[in-house]
Amino acid sequence: MMCEQCGNRPATVHFTEIVQGEKNEYHLCETCAKEKGYAAYQFMAGAFSVNQLLSGLMNLDPAVKQRAASSQTRCESCGLTFSQFSQIGRFGCEHCYEAFAPGLDPMLKKIQSSSQHVGKIPKRQGGAIAHRRELIRLRQELQAHIKEERFEEAARLRDQIRALEMRVSE
Amino acid sequence: MSLEDYLAQNSATWLKDDGPESDIVISSRVRIARNLRGRVFPMLATDQDKQEILEAAARAAKHGALSRLGPFEMFAMRDLSEVDQQVLVEKHLISPGLIESSGGAVLLRPDEEVSIMVNEEDHLRIQCLLPGYQLETTYRLADQLDDGLEEMVDYAFDEEKGYLTACPTNVGTGMRASIMMHLPVLVMTGHINRILSAVTHVGLAVRGIYGEGSDALGNLFQISNQITLGQTEQEIIGNLHGVARQLINHERTARQHLLQANRVLLEDRVCRSFGILAYARQIDSKEALSRLSDVRLGIDLGVIRGVSAGILKELMVATQPGSLQKSAGHTMTAEERDVRRAALIRDRLRADPSSSLS
Repeated sequence: MMCEQCGNRPATVHFTEIVQGEKNEYHLCETCAKEKGYAAYQFMAGAFSVNQLLSGLMNLDPAVKQRAASSQTRCESCGLTFSQFSQIGRFGCEHCYEAFAPGLDPMLKKIQSSSQHVGKIPKRQGGAIAHRRELIRLRQELQAHIKEERFEEAARLRDQIRALEMRVSE
Repeated sequence: MSLEDYLAQNSATWLKDDGPESDIVISSRVRIARNLRGRVFPMLATDQDKQEILEAAARAAKHGALSRLGPFEMFAMRDLSEVDQQVLVEKHLISPGLIESSGGAVLLRPDEEVSIMVNEEDHLRIQCLLPGYQLETTYRLADQLDDGLEEMVDYAFDEEKGYLTACPTNVGTGMRASIMMHLPVLVMTGHINRILSAVTHVGLAVRGIYGEGSDALGNLFQISNQITLGQTEQEIIGNLHGVARQLINHERTARQHLLQANRVLLEDRVCRSFGILAYARQIDSKEALSRLSDVRLGIDLGVIRGVSAGILKELMVATQPGSLQKSAGHTMTAEERDVRRAALIRDRLRADPSSSLS
């Protein structure tokens, strides 16, 4: 395929542009693509350092900045301050998560999809947490059954929940 | 097994075998970050703190459930020469960050499928690396190792935030899963940029072969999850699986299309690269990798016969500065390395007696 702009060189840059729902496909040679400014696409996959990114995010967000500036928050456990953390992008210990929570949560929402862990729970230490999580799941399921008037399943779930509650309280 | 044996062998499983979909997927990797409860993270740890973490890890590897997934041997970074450390990085067994951390060590299994870094950014980083497309298996292995370690140590864990890590980009699952892919034709046709920018919009990241900040040398791309909080491990693996399948299909279709539409152009490029590698007297690592990428494509498409497909993986590690100096037995200047690299590649191409072009 030849470049649709100059018609002289083979088209090596192919891309689709969607502007307000209208789709356009382009097939250009590198020279014409550069002239049109599309070469910028080449750099989209470029990576940057996580630390730079973090400190950039924190400095951009006025809510985070304000909180950090108003309180010289320090982690009592390891001594790291929030402003040190925002420069380094690393915590000093597990307690920093609690100490910096007000400034941290808006940032976590930005870099993560949520601020609630839904993944694995440690097997030995996390037994109670696993049970609590299972209880929440079963209760939600129970509500759904009641709503859909599937009372037989609901009764079965209710018994299951009771049994689990007994085990947790033991 | 001594470290010499580890470094001398070119037998890391991920380098040797060809796994599923190995015409496009080089390797599957899962890394899990964990910290011990009640202890400052390595950034603030004293030498004594780090020593205690090392001892806890060594104990777990020797006596706990982890030992059934072993055997493991521990190597402290301070006991290794610079070249040896470099070789471990080039074989993807440790990160460059581990070398910089004082008091760092690695627990290695002889097959080099498993390495556990101690005192890197986090106290423990479990890493599993398998050849080809085996994300699910790789995750299961990492998960077992994690359970094995947890029988002996208490992790820093929070019900809401999950596993607590030194960097907030890892908190939650602490898991980074990635696949390294060879996508030469998507690069050649320019489709790669569009695809990769789409990939980054679904919570995944794309990097060059040595991670952050490096170019995608040799048309090698590492696709990994960016999000670690708010998704389960299974969801993360599932997302990556979906994208990987699409990329595999796109690259395969593009290869067939190019072969039909422009066979001569493709053959010319592949054969020129083969010629350069077979006769060059000096070659830098960047050119070597890009020519090796062409040769590998030629092998996959049946243009080059009699050369094993493993040549790309094998030489992309063996021609790195650390591995070259290790095999030479002395330190070398960049120019000396270029000469030795060219010789090594020529030898490797000759070692396949039937190497020929169709």
